[in-house]
Amino acid sequence: MGSYVPSTKEQRWEMLHAIGMENIMDLYKDVPSEMILPEGGLNIPEGMSELELTRALTEVAEKNIVFKTVLRGAGAYDHYIPSVVKSITSKEEFVTAYTPYQAEMSQGVLQSIFEYQTMICQLTGMYVSNASVYDGATAAAEAAAMCKSRKKTVTLVSAAAHPDTINVVKTYCYGTGDEMRVVPAKNGKTDLEALKEMLAAGDVASVYIQQPNFNGLIEDAEEIGKIAHEAGAMYIMGCNPISLAIMKTPAECGADVAVGEGQPLGMPLAYGGPYLGFMATTKKNMRNIPGRIVGETHDKDGNRAYVLTLQAREQHIRREKASSNICSNQALCAMTAAVYMATMGPDGMADAANQSVAKAHYLAKHLCEIPGVSMVYDGEFFHEFVTSMPKQDEVLAALEKAGILGGLPVAEGVLWCATEKVSKNQLDRAIAIVKEVLA
Amino acid sequence: MELLFEKSVSGRKCSILPPCDVDSYQLCSCTKRELPLDLPQLSEIDITRHYSALNRRTHGVNNGFYPLGSCTMKYNPRINEEIAALPGFTGIHPLAPAYSTEGCREALQLASKYLCEISGMDDMTFQPAAGAHGEFTGVMLIKQYHQAKGDTARTKIIVPDSAHGTNPATAAMCGFEIVNIASAPDGCVDLESLKAALGPDTAGLMLTNPNTVGIFDKNILEITRLVHEAGGLCYYDGANLNAVMGVVRPGDMGFDCIHMNLHKTFSTPHGGGGPGAGAVGCKQFLAEYLPKSASMDGEGHIQVRSFAGNFLVVVRALAYIMFLGKEGIPEASTNAVLNANYLMNRIKGTFEPAFDVTCMHEFVLDLGNFEKETGVSALDVAKSLIDYGMHPPTMYFPLIIHEALMLEPTETESKETLDWAADIFRKLYDLGHEDPQYMHDAPHHAQIGRPDDTEAARHPVVRWNQQD
Repeated sequence: MGSYVPSTKEQRWEMLHAIGMENIMDLYKDVPSEMILPEGGLNIPEGMSELELTRALTEVAEKNIVFKTVLRGAGAYDHYIPSVVKSITSKEEFVTAYTPYQAEMSQGVLQSIFEYQTMICQLTGMYVSNASVYDGATAAAEAAAMCKSRKKTVTLVSAAAHPDTINVVKTYCYGTGDEMRVVPAKNGKTDLEALKEMLAAGDVASVYIQQPNFNGLIEDAEEIGKIAHEAGAMYIMGCNPISLAIMKTPAECGADVAVGEGQPLGMPLAYGGPYLGFMATTKKNMRNIPGRIVGETHDKDGNRAYVLTLQAREQHIRREKASSNICSNQALCAMTAAVYMATMGPDGMADAANQSVAKAHYLAKHLCEIPGVSMVYDGEFFHEFVTSMPKQDEVLAALEKAGILGGLPVAEGVLWCATEKVSKNQLDRAIAIVKEVLA
Repeated sequence: MELLFEKSVSGRKCSILPPCDVDSYQLCSCTKRELPLDLPQLSEIDITRHYSALNRRTHGVNNGFYPLGSCTMKYNPRINEEIAALPGFTGIHPLAPAYSTEGCREALQLASKYLCEISGMDDMTFQPAAGAHGEFTGVMLIKQYHQAKGDTARTKIIVPDSAHGTNPATAAMCGFEIVNIASAPDGCVDLESLKAALGPDTAGLMLTNPNTVGIFDKNILEITRLVHEAGGLCYYDGANLNAVMGVVRPGDMGFDCIHMNLHKTFSTPHGGGGPGAGAVGCKQFLAEYLPKSASMDGEGHIQVRSFAGNFLVVVRALAYIMFLGKEGIPEASTNAVLNANYLMNRIKGTFEPAFDVTCMHEFVLDLGNFEKETGVSALDVAKSLIDYGMHPPTMYFPLIIHEALMLEPTETESKETLDWAADIFRKLYDLGHEDPQYMHDAPHHAQIGRPDDTEAARHPVVRWNQQD
């Protein structure tokens, strides 16, 4: 069996005797004896050595198929992760620290969060960012919660948002007993006429849209912001952070809260997590944003110092009056995103965005040259798009056989994605296989 | 030290991506940002040196003793990091076809099976990303259960006054009213207060056991029976599970659902505040209410996070359980309790425990008398510990003890470390009587002196180059 207990048998005896006990189970004398498991009573396998463990779990990992080419996104994006991102974020101190409660011995973590907050503000154009939440979907749900007031409690969510996001927002609304309504989509995008009608009731606290949306299409985000504000509702934009390197920022679109899934910023696909929820808002809403925030101050000698601040918003102070119960967040993922952005720099970020756009459009163009394949929507798209094609299952199976994870089957067809990570050769190969199956 | 932004030099960069090998595509200019993207411009050596410097200003479990009560800062095995970094786990798309993700699903199933056995539950979800998120999920199970029965009068959740702040905040997020009940003088649930709080409006009870003062509530079977009799359900906050793994199971204590902090009890690292994982287990009758992912499993269930949760954290926890196995799991818990009692005993005679009984995996020191005698507060003692390279214990929690320091040494500390730590506490007790001012001014040799928290909150500077 494996063990991480350093004390020797003799030391354990010594310690037991020091506290006046004979048997380790004397420590549990206050536990009703009928509840105590008999020795060896836990029905799990026996422990193992490190080498056996490596063998066992490598075998499990190898039951998965790692596709060399990934043309699937839908909320999890296969971008290139620079080497420094992995090496920096696996440093033992960063990995094994707790939440920086003691500022005097946590300046490293605190400064890294302050830098992350700054970069999220630069990316979104917003005034203040928190230290992260769990993922993009919970960021949307937390944003919806923070926008509610006593009079306005309804959240509108675009049908063109990620289905997981819609479901998570719905769950959080169900929790507090508030209503979430889905704004229908038209030609793949949020239906603005329907949105206006749904806002007319006057009970709407906030409107959430995703940019680019689940179908890959670029929403008229500025217009939606105007519509929401005219009806007195707050405006929440869920953004792909890579797209923000070149696209209009939530601040420019008039968003009150900017949120999103930070996974594209240096985190692997990892079967869905850990990912990163980013969340930023305006100065006016600074004291309503949930989660931790790091602020700059000074120590008694005037040295620059960083601390967890504005804690009066949080659960450990406000208890049941806090707007969120969030405590642990995704700090190491936030650091990952910061190292990624620092490594890519402004030009590298824009390059990753532009190359993703270029490759997605190259793929779309050549797929649609194949007879039977066509675009489902005609709107402008970023790095994802939906096609319809015959023999869709056969096409995807043939791609998978060649080590290519094709687009995701969705109700309207296939949702494809391309990032800067795929080369022209990889795209050409995928296109050739589709052509072959449909020939 | 300088910020990344202050090291930026216009035109400097890293060479990461090749030139684009397909024709460029221009999106409509109406979609483009006009706001300049002001990210720092740095070379790789700038970046690695910057983070190495930040790393030196960070204290993790691997740097030294970290007895942060209620946080279970045990050793984070390196092998688990290596296993979680296997390409067969990191390279898998959550929406890849099922046949290609067999390994991921097997890892989740194994983790679920073992954790159900350890907790005495029947089914489990890994969607919750942290402890508080697990609480939310668990209480949502309770909510759905009552609603499915049409029992809409159950609007109240009972929480002891010694509970973590997340408990009442969670109950509020689930739309429940909170009933706080007082603790008995021994720090446990006061049965009379509980009985008075129970009624036809009781949805459930949220409880840690051992509780937040580190004591196993010996009335636990009576407590869960009373709640069930009143028609409520019992939620186990697994924050303190490290005391009882393989010894007692929350399921056998009468709890209906539970969250476990995989980043505490099951050794996955805290990463400076996350990512964690709050696995939520439940008895069979609640299993139908567990969350599912709309994109992976379809509609019709609650959902608390996208996809399957913090998968790689679950992989690390699985590695930990497989390594320890059926003998190692109880060995970890019994030694956590032994270490806590030994340390408490070694400190006794100076700082006094709030409850002078056999503790579980953690104990609370009550510095009330010491503060009265010397004027030195729990905060002063905590800050003085930093000068010895020891992370301070949890301060001023639970709220029912005013000058509280809560210590949780965990099982992965050696006798030598515990002796060293006890000697420092004893030394500080004496110092408090001799030179209280020195302790008011502590720390003396840290990265910074005590920061001005009031200034930070009054005039918040929350980003570099903030333009007001």
